[in-house]
Amino acid sequence: MRKVMPGNENVARAAIAAGCRFFAGYPITPSSELAATMSALLPKAGGTFIQMEDEIASMAAVIGASIAGKKVMTATSGPGFSLKQEHIGLACMMEIPVVIVNVMRGGPSTGLPTHPSQGDVMQARWGTHGDHSIIALTPSLPNEIYTETIRAFNLAEQYRSPVILLLDEILAHTYEVVDVPESGGYETANRKLPPKGLDRLDFYTYNRNVGDPPILPNFFMGYNFHFESLTHDEMGFPTTDPKKVDLLVKLREAKIEKNKEKIWENDIRMVENADVVVFAYGSVARSGIQAVEKARKDGIKAGLFRPITLWPFPDKPLREAVGNKKVIVAEMNTGLIKREVERALRRDVGGIFKANGTPITPEEILGRIKEEK
Amino acid sequence: MSYLDYVRQFKLPHYWCPGCGTGVVLQAVVRAFEALGWKQEDLAFITGIGCSGRMSTYVNANTMHTTHGRPLAFATGVKLARPEKHVVVVSGDGDALAIGGNHFIHAARRNIDIKLVIINNLVYGMTGGQVSPTTPQKFRTQTTPYGNIDPNFDVVKLAIAAGATFVGREAVTRPRNLEKLIEKSFQHKGFSVVEVISNCHINLGRKNKMKDQITMLRWISTKTIPKNLAEKKKPEELEGKILLGIFHEDKNRKEYTELYREIQERAGGNK
Repeated sequence: MRKVMPGNENVARAAIAAGCRFFAGYPITPSSELAATMSALLPKAGGTFIQMEDEIASMAAVIGASIAGKKVMTATSGPGFSLKQEHIGLACMMEIPVVIVNVMRGGPSTGLPTHPSQGDVMQARWGTHGDHSIIALTPSLPNEIYTETIRAFNLAEQYRSPVILLLDEILAHTYEVVDVPESGGYETANRKLPPKGLDRLDFYTYNRNVGDPPILPNFFMGYNFHFESLTHDEMGFPTTDPKKVDLLVKLREAKIEKNKEKIWENDIRMVENADVVVFAYGSVARSGIQAVEKARKDGIKAGLFRPITLWPFPDKPLREAVGNKKVIVAEMNTGLIKREVERALRRDVGGIFKANGTPITPEEILGRIKEEK
Repeated sequence: MSYLDYVRQFKLPHYWCPGCGTGVVLQAVVRAFEALGWKQEDLAFITGIGCSGRMSTYVNANTMHTTHGRPLAFATGVKLARPEKHVVVVSGDGDALAIGGNHFIHAARRNIDIKLVIINNLVYGMTGGQVSPTTPQKFRTQTTPYGNIDPNFDVVKLAIAAGATFVGREAVTRPRNLEKLIEKSFQHKGFSVVEVISNCHINLGRKNKMKDQITMLRWISTKTIPKNLAEKKKPEELEGKILLGIFHEDKNRKEYTELYREIQERAGGNK
């Protein structure tokens, strides 16, 4: 089925298709239409929508509903994403599947509420306090927004982790044609649950090797299981024993880090014989695609590396694809991901960085390609 | 089921200071579970941060120890996801009324069927005894070394004004009455609030000439008076007294998850 809709609605419809049955949110531009769409769709699907008193509470409510067994999502922008950070950390700590959509707008603070930005890419990775691993996705294209939303739910459920879906104001508000897959035309994943009636509580280590996500019970399964915000032992009870702390720190890190190859998605175009490679993600990658295609028409060997999984950062695939070729990073911030690219490639790279609320155009990128060539 | 079945006995001895009132509240809560015969698998017990927050370690049910001030927001998600289950939150004066004040008034406004017990020990106990929204004026705390000038919240009035449909207050000095009040609040359908005046002789009493629990409990006894006895007193005799009893009970207002079920039906869901 083809449908014309803006990115915010696209995400909401894909979330329902992925099995999302609980949404808690708070109005904030430019993500508000996402919550509005969920408020209309969820009760029809037998699910629940609630507008909470603030962003902190909406993040808390989705964690509560997830522990009670639902697939859950919340959405926000700008300052709202800052407020969510406290409980994103809690979801990391308790290992709770949640999807958080952040429609990026200009910042810091109230910033540019109605203008696009990619200024939250580091906050998506490091926004909550304390050492943690996390997954963040940066779709660019209309159909991909739909399928990556479904993938966000699948990754959250499989790895029992918060998954952050990063859009920006352009992707969220542009009305575009989306090829909505038929029901059943995509895969959905559900968290693994322990069988009922086991005589044990050590679910943080039950059937778990380093690299595996935990198999935790939901509430009301008959296990008197404890979910804990303090550093906890294998049963979820508070501990300060360095050995036990260490074990869960390692397990939480490894479940993402050891599965990076499965989590990474990259769109790599015409890089093999390229002299110059554009690195771009989100809406900027659309300008990147156009610029590279135009460059090729002009006889310039340009290529594109477009990460769809931004975190964990695709350092190895980037290194393998790009090697020693020239790289231009284009992003709507002051060069935040450029540092990651430099870390991955172990050298300095150039780029186009804009944090004034206006998009980066294909012409700008093309101009830069010609300079670099 | 005995009340002891609702306690994770393998986690004892508990974490609280000797003589702390929190243990009295724990016993009242689990005795209410026993009296009502609630199945553990149908019971979610959620706490925030502070001395009260540690109670979720000891209650044998589906438990969650969350973040400072926010247990009601988590509980709202749990209750909306599974409206047929019992959801109980135990919080403190700092947790529920300062950092969590917003969540408190909005949970009350919605009249969502969550049972809230606030252990009001008049201070931030766990962090070493700082002034809270209920610390009496003139009291010395770690952050009011010259005496507290902050006016207090009246939890009962705040809860009623915000929309809670069952509101009561008791003190740890009357454990049997406390147990009965908590039991009654748990039977109520809607948002219920029970405030429990409790003692922190370690981090409040010591700074205010009440360094042991007996002195502090005596002070609570003289400070509090049951509502029915107060009715016979003259206004001047009730100066500075804290009343105990049930202050509000509204059985007519619709509960939030029931209203949402109607929304689902109107939208064509719930087939």
